[in-house]
Amino acid sequence: MINARRSLAQIFLLPAIIALVVVFGLVAALLGDGIWDMSSWLALAFPLALVGFFLCKRAR
Amino acid sequence: MTPRTVRVWKHVHKWTSLVCTLFLFILCLTGLPLIFHEEIDRALGATAAPDRAAADAPMISLDRVLEIGHAQRPNEAITFAVPDDDDPVWHLFIAPAINSPKVAAVVTIDGRTGRVLRVGDSTRSPVIKFITDLHTDLLLDEKGMLFLGAIGLCFVIAIVSGVVVYGPFMRRLDFGTVRERTRRLYWLDLHNLSGIVLAAWMLVVGVTGAINTLAQQIARHWQRTELVEMIAPWRNAPAPANPASAQRAMETALASAPGMKVSSIAMPGSLFAGGHHYGVFLHGDTPLTSKLIMPIMINAADGSFSESRELPWYAKALFISKPLHFGDYGGMPLKVIWALLDLVTLIVLGSGLYLWAVRLYAAPSRRSGTVTHALRPQAPEHP
Repeated sequence: MINARRSLAQIFLLPAIIALVVVFGLVAALLGDGIWDMSSWLALAFPLALVGFFLCKRAR
Repeated sequence: MTPRTVRVWKHVHKWTSLVCTLFLFILCLTGLPLIFHEEIDRALGATAAPDRAAADAPMISLDRVLEIGHAQRPNEAITFAVPDDDDPVWHLFIAPAINSPKVAAVVTIDGRTGRVLRVGDSTRSPVIKFITDLHTDLLLDEKGMLFLGAIGLCFVIAIVSGVVVYGPFMRRLDFGTVRERTRRLYWLDLHNLSGIVLAAWMLVVGVTGAINTLAQQIARHWQRTELVEMIAPWRNAPAPANPASAQRAMETALASAPGMKVSSIAMPGSLFAGGHHYGVFLHGDTPLTSKLIMPIMINAADGSFSESRELPWYAKALFISKPLHFGDYGGMPLKVIWALLDLVTLIVLGSGLYLWAVRLYAAPSRRSGTVTHALRPQAPEHP
């Protein structure tokens, strides 16, 4: 868990990807209905799923 | 980053967060039911159901609708006629006088049968109206709105500074690490995880919320500049004694912009139309263009087209901000996700406040040199 120092790029890689997914989700539902709405739901559920995943992972 | 800059950012995060946390609690808690305001209003019976009529029953003339509405409130003025988003229904906004910005009542009339379906203070139920007012201006009108705008900016700085201090904090930790050694570590890690994961969403909702607080300023600026310029040639013309048909004005406006629908119609003499015109506001029918309004000025003397001008960028920014703040543009699943994101934001706020309180409480013992604090293994923590 606690090991070598990470570079800023390593630390912010995942947060940056999450931010891009979220922005995509926010814009997608604006652009259209149907498939656009659905991809928006998936994209915006992603951060929620991550919080849930890491909380459950800790419980094990 | 040097340890000194990290310390400065941590202070920025702490103080901006402290300033806005109480208000953000109010905003998150009132915002939660507002995500579902349509459903709640419907359940409370505040939404008038249209009469049962054949699906292809024709709409009666808007002029007749205005007559029916006027008969309901003969001593007041109709400032706006707004078609419902979903039903063949008109909402008529009633004010004490034609040039008043206030809404004294909303009369809802079936567009096919002409029956008055509902007369209310607003289009919303009293409960939702109260929560909306609390959320938009803390019940303090425009001052409250601008104050919440400043709180929104504070929130944005708190998020940005939080992201900055997340970097040095995570130097020796894996993404998503949630330690359970102490309660404080647990909430610290949860604060960092949920905060960084929600940063983009919170930023968007914070920025768009702050833009929404400028709604009245933006409307007034548009009236003083764009509207005044559009109707400048009629500046000194007397208001027509017998205004042309509102129905015809609406049809002329629609004919000038194929593919668009009516968003609202400002009556001659009202603040959004000027004395000599109908202000017909149209919007497109795709999810994006439906948020963008196109004003079309129709001469109230003869019902002819006068002028139309795309909205300026700041008004467009306002109209795009609304859905991005409300989360009401992607069906029920998006609303549910919006509500869950709001709840996780409450966790970020609550854990942040807890961590600050614990620090405050623990500070004296730390000064006396407790070993456990001195030996803490990882680099800077926050807040």
